[in-house]
Amino acid sequence: MITAEWKPIPELVGYLRGHQKVLLLGCATCVAECAAGGEREVETLAPLLRMALAKEGSPVEIITGTLERQCEPEFIEPFVPAAEGVDAIMSLACGIGMQLLAERFPQIAFYPGVNTTSLSLREAPGLWTTRCAACGDCVLGETFGLCPVSRCAKSLLNGPCGGTRTSGSCEISEDTPCIWNLIVERAKARGQLDRLSAVRRPKDWSNSPAGGPKRMLREDLRP
Amino acid sequence: MSLKASTNLEKVLAAGQFALTAEIGPPRGPDAEVVAKKAALLKGLADAYNITDNQTAVVRMSSIAAAKLVLDAGLEPVMQMTCRDRNRIAMQSDLLGASALGLRNVLAISGDHQRAGAGGKLKGHPGAKGVYDVDSMQLLAILKGMRDEGLQASGDELTSRPAFFIGAAWTPLGPPKEFRVTRLAKKIAAGADFIQTQAVYDVKAFAQQLAQAHDQGLTEKAAILPGIIVPRSAGMLTYMHNNVPGVVVPAELTARLKGASDPKAEGIKVTVELIQAVRELPGVKGVHLQAIEAEELLREIIPAAGLTPRPQV
Repeated sequence: MITAEWKPIPELVGYLRGHQKVLLLGCATCVAECAAGGEREVETLAPLLRMALAKEGSPVEIITGTLERQCEPEFIEPFVPAAEGVDAIMSLACGIGMQLLAERFPQIAFYPGVNTTSLSLREAPGLWTTRCAACGDCVLGETFGLCPVSRCAKSLLNGPCGGTRTSGSCEISEDTPCIWNLIVERAKARGQLDRLSAVRRPKDWSNSPAGGPKRMLREDLRP
Repeated sequence: MSLKASTNLEKVLAAGQFALTAEIGPPRGPDAEVVAKKAALLKGLADAYNITDNQTAVVRMSSIAAAKLVLDAGLEPVMQMTCRDRNRIAMQSDLLGASALGLRNVLAISGDHQRAGAGGKLKGHPGAKGVYDVDSMQLLAILKGMRDEGLQASGDELTSRPAFFIGAAWTPLGPPKEFRVTRLAKKIAAGADFIQTQAVYDVKAFAQQLAQAHDQGLTEKAAILPGIIVPRSAGMLTYMHNNVPGVVVPAELTARLKGASDPKAEGIKVTVELIQAVRELPGVKGVHLQAIEAEELLREIIPAAGLTPRPQV
């Protein structure tokens, strides 16, 4: 799923200061799954913002709502009447949903309530860890189904650097496993360590965000 | 045997002499005289001197500039290049520039992650965007392609071929241990002519990894120089054992420094003994000495290890 995290409350208060009426909109899909921007989070954040703004003498009316999917235009339409009465919109959706919302209401001030952070897996209750970097050139077939592009801090393609700790963690944090340590473990368990012995050529990053904004066109699906 | 770059380091190794490299860390300022001073201090003690590339992800004078200053001071540099700060375009451009400046020994490494920031002693730049376009293995292959085929990574032709003596790092005792010899083999296949290792204190454990490399013929294909960081206190050894990945310090060595009345002198003795111990191992062609922020100690250690004067080749 796409994960997101709340921005610091002072940053959000800074955005809303001076506005009269704000629509705070969540999304019931990915950001709800990762407990950042679903209905529960919207209803938790709204009173915190009201209180903080009132306390500093600039009260703001905050109305709330949560869309099924903020990244699909049809789910936005029912909120058009609510949006017409506000002078700012704050979204707790991922960056995709946010931009569709901002596009639908270009005349209204728009603010992000979360930072979109990763393509992650809910590994355990309350724990999300990255699984994909959307690099556009998948290597999972060479690495026993474990992604070094998103899960190695250096996106190494030829095995672990010298930073693997004795515990098997990455040099950046004891909490981050060295993915190459795990790739080697899995290769060994499969009796195929030799598959990691060839030098892997530099990656083609042109189909990743580094290659410029993605525009995927499927002629067969065009109207 | 035909030489690849005819550097002093390459010639010493080709002559079958026990090679010695040392390290010079560039300053956190624009001071050419600091580099010249360190160079003067170490002149004549080693065959070549590694110039680090923003080690521990802290901004320092560039390794290219510092290497050129060292070269001008009459010493031979080994220019280090990490994969953290440059994409393949900048790397190749800098390598052409380095070659034009007369820098011939290049060591390719991944580089400490930008979050390292001198292990917390300085702020560093943890918010920097790491590049990691290519990894150290791929950088080795790029160096070799430039030198041997006159080609850029893309396949475009260079107008002439830069002569490089290509180095790589090896962490023999890091996990997963069973893969570390394979990783060494990959680096040699990719292009490494010489290898400098992470600091060795556990000679027995290092010897086991090295024996595997030796059995696979790797020690004939590339010159292996075990690294030794001069220990100055028991605290320093404990710190490295606990915090520097791939460094394993036997407890008795730490105890020895702890019990010493003059830990610095004992550290010098330990270093000399380590040099002698690794020198005995089949496949070892030299040593790489680091006296971090205490380069003056090398003036005592190297003669004490019987490694002066350096061979004239």
